[in-house]
Amino acid sequence: MIEALSLPFMQRALAAGVLVGFLASYFGVFVVQRRLSFLGNGLAHAAFGGVALGLLLDASPLWVALPFTAAVAVAINWVRDRTELSGDTAIGVFFAVSMALGVVFLSLRREYSADAHTYLFGSILAVSAMDLWITGGIALLTLLMWPMWKRWAYVAFDGELAQTDRLPVERDDYLLSILIAMTVVVCVKMVGIVLIAAFLVIPAATARLLARTFAQMTVYSTLIGVVSATLGLLLSYDLDLPSGAVIVLAQAVCFFAAFAAHRLRR
Amino acid sequence: MTAFAIEADNIHVRFGDYWALTEVSFAIPDGAFVAVLGPNGAGKSTLLKTCLGLIRPQSGLMRLYDRPLAEFDASRMGYVPQIKTLDRSFPALAIELAASGVLSAWPWHIQGALRRQAMEALEQVGADHLASRPLARLSGGELQRVYLARALIRRPPLVLLDEPATGIDPAGERDMFRVLERYQETEKATIMMITHDWHTAVHHATHILAINRRLIGCGESSPAFAEEMLREAFGHIGHEHPHREANA
Ligand SMILES: Nc1ncnc2c1ncn2[C@@H]1O[C@H](COP(=O)(O)OP(=O)(O)O)[C@@H](O)[C@H]1O
Ligand SMILES: [Mg+2]
Repeated sequence: MIEALSLPFMQRALAAGVLVGFLASYFGVFVVQRRLSFLGNGLAHAAFGGVALGLLLDASPLWVALPFTAAVAVAINWVRDRTELSGDTAIGVFFAVSMALGVVFLSLRREYSADAHTYLFGSILAVSAMDLWITGGIALLTLLMWPMWKRWAYVAFDGELAQTDRLPVERDDYLLSILIAMTVVVCVKMVGIVLIAAFLVIPAATARLLARTFAQMTVYSTLIGVVSATLGLLLSYDLDLPSGAVIVLAQAVCFFAAFAAHRLRR
Repeated sequence: MTAFAIEADNIHVRFGDYWALTEVSFAIPDGAFVAVLGPNGAGKSTLLKTCLGLIRPQSGLMRLYDRPLAEFDASRMGYVPQIKTLDRSFPALAIELAASGVLSAWPWHIQGALRRQAMEALEQVGADHLASRPLARLSGGELQRVYLARALIRRPPLVLLDEPATGIDPAGERDMFRVLERYQETEKATIMMITHDWHTAVHHATHILAINRRLIGCGESSPAFAEEMLREAFGHIGHEHPHREANA
């Protein structure tokens, strides 16, 4: 395992794993408390559409998937706010449309691409230096947005109370959705589209079992996210298994341990 | 010195094609304790939320202390929502909810002046012993006190409460009125409270505002006026008994 750390692709994968683990588990606390896990799922499938478009255009898939998925996130919010449709319904529509577009784009490309498998299930071999830079950029952006935590948290507790204090709740929601969309996109290569929703939710759900306050939940969730991503990556290399699946299983071990602790404490 | 705390001028509120409020006009004097009466679905919560700026009326003007609503500083209003809207899955302590009333945001960490201020507010409503209790473990009455502490923490001149007596026992209700009346005395505040209770309207309120999608009446409280308003507001609907047993 130690010698693996001297391999450049492994160093890249680990660095990306730490960043992606942090991003997903940080935004995961808002996803869990606002019951947005279906949004995570919908955005993962939107990311598939974006990646497929990138492959079709022979462009870097991440650069195409980022604006594509962010645009879908904005569209979902817009439809939810401007019509009487619920958020879930709006997500369901865009989810299907993006997936269908992705299938069409991939078919138009004709030549079979092994890449598609990578995007569905994730692979540590796939992380390029460019991917790492993009992920780092989004992590930096998230850190700079740190002051938003207390507003997003307030809305997660009670959006109406936040509105009585005249907070720009709707605008903050757009920002949160766009950041979740970008997080989903940078997770795609390592985790795979199929498992992203779980990747967002499990560390936060685990943290919820252990925490008494939302601040604690945020700290625990990011710790669990970073540690399980690192361990999961090393294990997936050792066992030669898809990284996304191993990371999610590592998260699941944390979850069931927390669940057992939670039951015992009662 | 302003004469009116709340002035509503021809307020209309529409949800889709349903008119929840039509032609509602009234004026509430500064320092009043107003009981808002009306059957379920009468638009009482809608009216309160319009005063808070949560709902934008289709037409009409709401003025608070002689200013248009949009220019009125939000920190000068305290709001106690219906507690049944609380999301009990959110991990939070009572002191955090109280502190959120100061910060207009959710607290990351509570210490120093903020902690003292939040503890004082909890003490004022007799809930200081609940400070580090998770909200999910509080009873309805305890939760109501914490929300009240949150509403009063910035000492607002205007306090709006949506059915605060629902789900709390008579002793808890008496405590709540004691706190509110003491607050009103020291701060000369105006209080607007939605209630189903005749007793509250007559014995605690100085004014009664009755609505049922339209204004039924607004005036100084007296047993005769309360009877009349309740009869008119509920009479045509007829499925709800206006007295306190209605809450049971
Ligand atoms: N956000 C909303 N969207 C659509 N209809 C609403 C909304 N809020 C309230 N209503 C409707 O307006 C009417 C008045 O509601 P409300 O003000 O809550 O009544 P009350 O508090 O007097 O029981 C009800 O018929 C309710 O269904
Ligand atoms: Mg109501």
